[in-house]
Amino acid sequence: MDSYFETYNLTKVYKTPNGDAVIVKGFDLKIKKGEFVCVIGHSGCGKSTVLSMVAGLSEVSDGAVILDGKEIDGAGPDRGVVFQSPCLLPWLTTWDNVMIGVKQVYYHATKEEREQIVEYYLAAVGLSEAKDKRPGELSGGMRQRVGLARAFALSPKMLLLDEPFGMLDKLTKFELQQVLLDLWNRERLTAMMITHDVDEAIYLADRIVMMTSGPAATIGSILEITFPRPRDRKEIMTTDQYYDYREFLMNFLEEKDSEIKEAA
Amino acid sequence: MNAVVDTDPIVQEEKHPARKTFSYNPNKVAHNLDKLGLGYFSPIARLIGNDEPAKQIREILENTFLPLMAFAVFVAVWWISSFYVVSDSTKIPSPDETWRAWGGMVEFAQAEKLKEVEYYKANEERALSMEQKAADAAAGGDATKAERYTGLAEKFRTKIYQGATTFFDQIWISLITIVVGFSCSTLLGVPIGILCGVSKKINIALNPLIQLFKPVSPLAWFPIVFVFTTWGIEQPPSTSIWQRALWTSAGVVTLCSIWPTLINTAVAVASIDKDFLNVAKVLKMGWFQKIWKIILPSALPLIFTGLRLSIGVGWMVLVASDMMAQNQGLGKFVWDMYQNGDTQSTAQIIIAVFFIGAIGFLLDRIMLVCQRLVTFEEQNI
Ligand SMILES: Nc1ncnc2c1ncn2[C@@H]1O[C@H](COP(=O)(O)OP(=O)(O)O)[C@@H](O)[C@H]1O
Ligand SMILES: [Mg+2]
Repeated sequence: MDSYFETYNLTKVYKTPNGDAVIVKGFDLKIKKGEFVCVIGHSGCGKSTVLSMVAGLSEVSDGAVILDGKEIDGAGPDRGVVFQSPCLLPWLTTWDNVMIGVKQVYYHATKEEREQIVEYYLAAVGLSEAKDKRPGELSGGMRQRVGLARAFALSPKMLLLDEPFGMLDKLTKFELQQVLLDLWNRERLTAMMITHDVDEAIYLADRIVMMTSGPAATIGSILEITFPRPRDRKEIMTTDQYYDYREFLMNFLEEKDSEIKEAA
Repeated sequence: MNAVVDTDPIVQEEKHPARKTFSYNPNKVAHNLDKLGLGYFSPIARLIGNDEPAKQIREILENTFLPLMAFAVFVAVWWISSFYVVSDSTKIPSPDETWRAWGGMVEFAQAEKLKEVEYYKANEERALSMEQKAADAAAGGDATKAERYTGLAEKFRTKIYQGATTFFDQIWISLITIVVGFSCSTLLGVPIGILCGVSKKINIALNPLIQLFKPVSPLAWFPIVFVFTTWGIEQPPSTSIWQRALWTSAGVVTLCSIWPTLINTAVAVASIDKDFLNVAKVLKMGWFQKIWKIILPSALPLIFTGLRLSIGVGWMVLVASDMMAQNQGLGKFVWDMYQNGDTQSTAQIIIAVFFIGAIGFLLDRIMLVCQRLVTFEEQNI
């Protein structure tokens, strides 16, 4: 497989008073260009740890992350990150929250070009009307739309999402999944998204990576989702295949669940 | 699936696309009034919007009459004490004596103003007549004489009136002094605070000095500042307002008021949300950009809390430092009146006390408004 993104023996160890805590160990994953990969696993198993190492926001204890042939070193705008709480800058308007990144990445572009980029992505997430509002005046769903626009507007090589819709109610979540998928369909960015929602993973992903439970969490199993794109949520939910995928994932998670209980 | 409640405003907006016409929103107006420190008027705004009128009227009456009653009690106690707190040399002036003293101060100031206007008018007339003479001499062919008259006219025009200082001049000087002192403490306190917040090493280095100097009284700082201003500032002519005493007094204000700004800035910068720093990291911002675009704006609300405390301390200290430095401000006024020692002077001091309080309150309100303007609503998803 020709991989665009690759983690090699990715490991995270925290030094604690009672010795080393190995959170993630030997996480090896290859992702093709334009592939959408979801990572699921139990809460606290180390999903965010993996993602923040890939983002360059947390140091790698061992192993390496390679993107487009180069080993990553620290954070950078070539990886657009969307967190669970969108961490917008509360003193900036929607427009400026997107613009601050665009300015940084397109420093050689003219003012008009930059404005076009911001406008394009705000329209794409349906926020043209709210461009002068500050995060405090936006609902959770709207804030996460800004988060998506901000990440896509950087034209990153890769998109990293850490449970971006985890705190939203179901309807808003569906809307935002659609927004994300529409944007992704336009650009086909290589994406790695963490979620604990099995249905979300099946709907969005080309492959689903299941992580074992910690300590020393790693990849337990990988499931290929072969639904053709563009996908229709209702349509795929009528297929038997959907429920096969779902059962496979649920079984994996339950297995890990009982392993945790046995260990305790 | 359970019934879905649409909490997302986008969905709601789409359902009511026609609701775009202007309407008076009493809640929003009241909220903005609160934000501007004019909370007293927010029930009135609500009343105009017909929002629970009975409740608003009760609130307005309460907000008006309760403070008025307390003030009446205060005046009564003051009035009674003016009969009892009497010694051989002095006494507490009664409220009406104080009121009359106030009238005297206003009259004096008006008379001074009149004198000043007349002084300039008379000099202008003299200058004009000199110019006339100069023109006559020039017409007569006497160039040296014409030049001398022109010089005299110039002299009359540039003469500056040096009358007695009035109470209102002194308020003005005090305001200038606090602005100078407070500006210096801001310009020093914010950058040093940022350095302390960004660098743990700088914080460790400076913390003992900050803790040591923070509790020092203005009276102790005065002689030291005095040495510096005497050494560093040339005494300007007496007509200038930038007297050495003003700088000395402002310096004392700076030294006493810098600490809340400095400490608040340092705390705000050190406790910045890690998420914001991650934004800076992802965007690969440089050091200066990170400070200017991320750290400073996020720290601004707390910095302004510090500035508000600082201006309060500064104003409080100002009266004492004006007394020590003999700066022509309110402190000097109080000191001079105290030296007079008679009841009318004490009445004038009481007037000064009211003014000091009112200006301090006003400064605090201005800072409060600034503080609220820079405070962004917290995002809690
Ligand atoms: N600084 C740290 N020191 C020690 N353990 C940590 C530290 N940060 C996170 N962990 C541990 O790492 C584990 C994985 O966390 P995380 O990656 O956030 O899990 P997930 O995102 O899968 O829910 C958790 O058990 C957490 O307790
Ligand atoms: Mg997590």
